[in-house]
Amino acid sequence: MRSVWALAAMAALSVLTASTTTLAGEPKQGGILRMYHRDSPANASILEGATYSINVPFMGVFNNLVIYDQHIAQNSPDTLRPELAESWSWSSDNKKLTFKLRQGIKWHDGKPFTSADVKCSFDLLMGKSQQKLRQNPRKAWYSEVNEITTSGDFEVSFDLKRPQPSLLAMLASGYTPVYPCHVSPADMRTHPIGTGPFKFVEFKANESIKLTRNPDYWKKGLPYLDGIEYTIIPNRSTAILAFVAGKFDMTFPTHITIPLLKDLKSQAPNATCVVEPTNVSTNIIVNSTSAPFDNIDIRRAVALALDRKAFIDILFEGQADIGGTMLPPPQGIWGMPKDKLETIPGYGRDVNANREQAKKLMQKAGYGPDKHLAVKVSTRNLAEYRDPAVILIDQLKSIYIDGELDVVETANWFPKVARKDYMLGLNLTGNSVDDPDQSFYENYSCGSERNYTNYCNKEIEKLFDVQSQETDTSKRKPLVWEIDKKLQEDVARPIIFHARAGTCWQPHVKGVTIMSNSSYNGFRYEDVWLDK
Amino acid sequence: MFAYLVRRLFLMLVTLFGISVVIFLLLRIVPGNIVDILFAAAGYVDPADKANLEKELGIDQPLVVQYWHWISGFLRGDFGYSYVSEKPALQEILPRIPITARLAGLALLFSASIGIPLGVISAVKQGTRLDYALRVVSLSGLSLPSFWLGLLILTASVAMFGQMPIFNPNPQTWLEAFATYAVPAAAVGFRSAALTMRITRSSMLEVLRQDYIRTARAKGASDTAVNYHHALKNAILPVITVIGIEAAFLIGGLIVTETVFNIPGVARFLVEAIRWRDYPIVQNLVMLIAVVVVSANFIVDMLYAVFDPRIRYTD
Repeated sequence: MRSVWALAAMAALSVLTASTTTLAGEPKQGGILRMYHRDSPANASILEGATYSINVPFMGVFNNLVIYDQHIAQNSPDTLRPELAESWSWSSDNKKLTFKLRQGIKWHDGKPFTSADVKCSFDLLMGKSQQKLRQNPRKAWYSEVNEITTSGDFEVSFDLKRPQPSLLAMLASGYTPVYPCHVSPADMRTHPIGTGPFKFVEFKANESIKLTRNPDYWKKGLPYLDGIEYTIIPNRSTAILAFVAGKFDMTFPTHITIPLLKDLKSQAPNATCVVEPTNVSTNIIVNSTSAPFDNIDIRRAVALALDRKAFIDILFEGQADIGGTMLPPPQGIWGMPKDKLETIPGYGRDVNANREQAKKLMQKAGYGPDKHLAVKVSTRNLAEYRDPAVILIDQLKSIYIDGELDVVETANWFPKVARKDYMLGLNLTGNSVDDPDQSFYENYSCGSERNYTNYCNKEIEKLFDVQSQETDTSKRKPLVWEIDKKLQEDVARPIIFHARAGTCWQPHVKGVTIMSNSSYNGFRYEDVWLDK
Repeated sequence: MFAYLVRRLFLMLVTLFGISVVIFLLLRIVPGNIVDILFAAAGYVDPADKANLEKELGIDQPLVVQYWHWISGFLRGDFGYSYVSEKPALQEILPRIPITARLAGLALLFSASIGIPLGVISAVKQGTRLDYALRVVSLSGLSLPSFWLGLLILTASVAMFGQMPIFNPNPQTWLEAFATYAVPAAAVGFRSAALTMRITRSSMLEVLRQDYIRTARAKGASDTAVNYHHALKNAILPVITVIGIEAAFLIGGLIVTETVFNIPGVARFLVEAIRWRDYPIVQNLVMLIAVVVVSANFIVDMLYAVFDPRIRYTD
């Protein structure tokens, strides 16, 4: 009998221990996640925006058809998960992508979600609906989509002009939520309605953004948080101090520069901080439509003059990446391997040898120690633009180019670039999806609105289409590398570096994953919880 | 008196008209508009989309038409809609005014309540160590930029107390509400207090050398009575004038302080609106400020006339 009691006691103890262990790691319901926001977004409509200032606070209001796994840092074709779609399938010719949709999902205003909403959203994005988005920065993503068709309330198909496997990647971006048919684009800018884990409460410009828990969320038991509150603090020093003082649970994602991260960690040693690539490249735009940069030799000399490591050491204390157009590995899926990268002119490790070559090219073009080329280096009046521009000017001196900084206010930057009123420009290019289709077509295809330099190479454009239709990733990668190499050799838009930035949160914040190859896709926050 | 009033009123209306034209034109002279900024943020420019948006917002119309739409709306109390938030401009402006007004009021109170007594002490104790110390404090107040002082206060608060005195939109007690404004008010009011201290000191020194002060002392009046009853009463006039002028200049300091302490007041809002070229907000807000300032001047002019008959006859 005694042994029975002993066994019972042991069993009870083990159950208690097990349950305690489970409870310690088990998500808790409740609490408001308090974050600061780096600026006041123009509006609340993700489809109309082109900045993660909109994605971060409002991604939790919505769902996509598919989404990147929110707990795997690297977005890849293997981490795509169904969301509003239960499943998807490709037709045998890879020209039709069909989604079976979940049933019983409701919009935040109680109306049912159906395939008509999916069709409406993508017709809106493709410019085919009667209602128009005020701005539609990603219309080009759907240039290969013929039409969207529905079959009943819970099936929708994308008919493509040709196979484009990357369409799924673009549908999984934080930039691609499904909007309700019954709410106008204008209303979505001021009071977004979604199906997501959080309902929109209010957005006070320059003040705050508030979301509250959606109690009818279709994923039972989620979200864990009662809400999320963003206080808009444009002053970075104030924002970081407020985080250190415990006013916020989390910093704005990827908002902490590497030098500031050291300060923050010294003041808040318990904070968890991660540094990840932002998939934003800093690059040079060269106006090749007029002298002197219509001369390919001078463009090549500029590319050869770059000491990329110096940029990274000065601005990021060594923590940034050298690469081509695509984000370099290991975080980037499609970036060139290091040995291939170093074969591109200007990427070799011997900077002095590169610059000697550059000098010869400059001399060939008629410049030298006694005749320097005077240029204006234009850039936006923001620190992340100005600082590398200053280093660029310094480096160009080594090849007989005297640069003068031309700082341009944000309002005038794109009009100036569009009318080709610049010689050299220092530019930042953000990639919302780590996929070559998004990057190549958007930035390098003939006639693209974001191809600021008007680089146009029909041969390369054919290669864009070849890689775009390749369904086998292992075969697609070498094609992408070849294209990327050619783009760098053509000095289409010399890439200087790929930035990294930090995000910090207090120890009681659980379930946050910062994406390592995109700054736009990881803010659903449905299973983030507070351990307090 | 009636003719004087009519003249002043006419002058006021002409001034306001001039201000409205200047505000309107200055905003249009600054390169770029809201549409340029929205497309810059989106990283592309689609000429058709751009033209549609300019048409939707009415900024494609001739300047005269745009001016007429704005000024007639302003006179009717219809401020239009903010280009950015798409909410009524009045609804965006009004809730922010009391926040800035409270902050400005507290800053002025801080300026007067610190600056005047310290200025008197400095004058009375002229040439002593205390006087030198107070003069150093006042000089530092004039030299330290308010944004730097604000950041210093925030950093020190976090380092020493682990607390951060930034804006709390929902204070639970009046003490919390006071604390929300007191620290930033002190930061912005420090410069003004320093100036008040210096003016009070020099004004007091001048008055303390007057014959009637010597007479008061000779008659056996106590130091306190001489300093505060006889001297300060006469020395305070230039100080009041300076505080009045400082009140008008305070808006510049408030923009920085509201940014550093993250206070959602009207000063920071105005700067953001200018950055976005949000014409309805900027035009109406600046015009409102102009109406208040010009009206206050008009009332003061009227009061001068009431209290000094020479003005209405000679003007």
